[in-house]
Amino acid sequence: MSVIFILILISMVVAGSFLGLFIWASKSGQFDDSVTPGMRILFDDKKKQSKK
Amino acid sequence: MSEHLIAEQVVCHHCGDTCEQERIIYDDKNFCCQGCRAVYELFIDTGLQDIYADASRLKPEDHGKYDYLDNLEIANALHDFRSEDHNAITLTLPAIHCSSCVYLLENLRLFHDGNIRVSTNFVKQEVDIHYNPQTLSLKQLANLLHRIGYPPQFKSEQKKKQSNQLSIKIGVAAFCFGNIMLLSFPEYFGFNEQIDDSFQRFFAYLNIVLALPVLFYSGIDYLRSAWKGLKHRFINIDVPIALGIITLFARSVYEITSQTGPGYLDSLAGLVFFLLIGKWFQSKTYENLSFERDYKSYFPLAAYRVEADGTKAVPIAELEEGDNILIRNQEIIPADAVLMEGKASIDYSFVTGEEKPIKILRGETLFAGGRQVGESIRVQITKKSSQSYLTSLWNNQAFKTHDDLGTEAITNQISKYFTVTILLIAALSALFWALYNPENIWQVVTAVLIVACPCALALSAPFTNGNLLRIFGKNKFYLKNALSVEKLSRIDAIVFDKTGTLTESKSGEVQLVGELSAREKGYVRKLTENSMHPLSQKIKDSLPEDTSDYSFTHFKEIAGNGLQAIVDGHYVKLGSASYIDADLDGVPGSVYFSIDNEVRSRFKVKNQFRAGLADLIRDLPDYKLTVLSGDNDQERPELIKIFPSNTKMLFKQQPQDKLEYIKQLQAQGQTVMMLGDGLNDAGALKQSNVGIAVTEDVSTFSPACDGILEGGKLQRLADFLDFGKVGKSIIYASFTLSFLYNIVGLGFAVSGMLTPIFAAILMPLSSITIVAFSTLSGNYFARKKQLI
Repeated sequence: MSVIFILILISMVVAGSFLGLFIWASKSGQFDDSVTPGMRILFDDKKKQSKK
Repeated sequence: MSEHLIAEQVVCHHCGDTCEQERIIYDDKNFCCQGCRAVYELFIDTGLQDIYADASRLKPEDHGKYDYLDNLEIANALHDFRSEDHNAITLTLPAIHCSSCVYLLENLRLFHDGNIRVSTNFVKQEVDIHYNPQTLSLKQLANLLHRIGYPPQFKSEQKKKQSNQLSIKIGVAAFCFGNIMLLSFPEYFGFNEQIDDSFQRFFAYLNIVLALPVLFYSGIDYLRSAWKGLKHRFINIDVPIALGIITLFARSVYEITSQTGPGYLDSLAGLVFFLLIGKWFQSKTYENLSFERDYKSYFPLAAYRVEADGTKAVPIAELEEGDNILIRNQEIIPADAVLMEGKASIDYSFVTGEEKPIKILRGETLFAGGRQVGESIRVQITKKSSQSYLTSLWNNQAFKTHDDLGTEAITNQISKYFTVTILLIAALSALFWALYNPENIWQVVTAVLIVACPCALALSAPFTNGNLLRIFGKNKFYLKNALSVEKLSRIDAIVFDKTGTLTESKSGEVQLVGELSAREKGYVRKLTENSMHPLSQKIKDSLPEDTSDYSFTHFKEIAGNGLQAIVDGHYVKLGSASYIDADLDGVPGSVYFSIDNEVRSRFKVKNQFRAGLADLIRDLPDYKLTVLSGDNDQERPELIKIFPSNTKMLFKQQPQDKLEYIKQLQAQGQTVMMLGDGLNDAGALKQSNVGIAVTEDVSTFSPACDGILEGGKLQRLADFLDFGKVGKSIIYASFTLSFLYNIVGLGFAVSGMLTPIFAAILMPLSSITIVAFSTLSGNYFARKKQLI
């Protein structure tokens, strides 16, 4: 049963790294603008198309 | 003559410049350079040719508009980052309105090599531009943007980057809350007897570790705010919250270390999590609106100082008394000055609300905030910009920022009674248990403080106000923050500005009654082009542009009557009925037009008051109404028809007078709402309890205020005010609900039966009930009032 100690500690580390990812994403401004990226993704690169 | 000349010049289809050195014909259109042709091609390829229908491209009068950007000092202040070959700047482009705009702007590099990278923020209508200053100057960049239809706005004040600390705090609290709950599961389900003691202890200590960031990072604001409140001898809602949080933590740590129980750390984390969610819901902001503008936003960044060797752009703040500056057509006078040279015709509508431009003679004073209409003039500064007549308004007490403790919020007003009651209950139960069973004192006292922690109470107002804020926003009524919603419910006097608020600022739709040939319309336009009277301007705007070359002589403007001239050999007159023909029985509000003394038609200028104004005023019988106007009282008869007889109407009000009037009302114990539009109302807006800026287009400048209302929605003001009052009732109902929960919880606490699991259920349950109740009832009443 003492494996639970290790398992819980590992799960904490995993969960903590996700929290870290969230904080990083938040600080790097990924949630600042939720509208424009959605528009940007729909633009085709015209130049590449005309070469086809 | 001049029209004739322009017609012969070849104008570039793209940029509007004359094709002097080069002329390229492409697609049957003229271009002045290959660049313009390439851009045209790009626009056509991408289906953006509509841009050529847009008149906001660089017109001749806009040449030199951005010259001041060549001044390094000014340019430096505008940039976010500067180096030898890499500059970064954030610009506001109010013209951004669709995804094509984003596409065009982000492909700006195709127009010019110097554009390294553009990223757009659609919601904020901002672009971040990184460019190479060696191939492209800021002035060129501004001109390029202007030419493709996005005139940039430069602001001297740099917007503070909004911190997203709150969302990180919520994330941390949610993480800890979830994990503490997981680790408490054995406790919840009663497994703790089956599992090993060492596990229990391990879980409990892990919980303490997880609770630390909740208390000292996520929840620190509550502790700080409570401390700040206490220092100012004021018990805000954060005081009982902080008391509850600290007690929760202290008692849990004590229980765990002394191995007497599992502690209440799950309740602690949940409490902070819910409180933060409430804060987040309430903090809805309108990113593209600014509520804190002062006069500087209206003024240009720079003025052109006349020096021995020509003119030089200098920042407004550096203008000194005695400096000579050049003011061009449509430019704003940055400081009080004396006219030295040129014909000044100043539109003071910013300052006084009066639309009609005023003619100024040489040697007379011009006040800051006026806009020159007509030719370039040279003026000499008499007072620094910050000390000018208009700007001195900002030195008024009303503009001094004061430390906001939130003393006005409903929640904070009842929190002192709440806190005192809780402490009393804690003391009484302590007394009881001291007589009955002294061992239990601490357990009971802490239980009381824990269960009484006003989480649900603290959530009532944020969720109700946040919800109202959103509903108002959907109706184009944008309030600054949640506190403004509460203030809205206490209003009992409303003060209206007239021009731009009750009337439409681009007011007076002109309707032509009768038929006129294109040539005759040309005559009228010619006449009106020579007059600065607001009515002439309106009639002019309603007619198509006519570049035909008419002979035009004997022009005369007779004040209060009309215009006359000999155009193309005909004697034409435009003006009031009696002026055209003494016997004519005219329709009021009409302007008549005659050719060779024969009445041809009339222009009907529609009622300038906003649609639905009369209905609105009828819906506001419970409020003390006032109309303040910078104009003269010629519209009094019209106003009397709309407003009830006890309405006070004051005319020729200076900005300072308006402010003083609001002060007077407040001294009489009234809670005043001020609705205004221009700079001339800025003082009154700030002084009033709720200042609402009424504007046609919410993204244009509006003075500092508590809310921005789109002009067309003014007629719903009565509904908004009623709904604000409904919001207050919802908050009180939520309070009652949360008190009921508290009474139940306190019952358990004083009898010494508060178990951790009971607390862990009761707290989230009460919070969720309050959240559901306040938002659902808000939506219900909004639907009833047809606001959603």
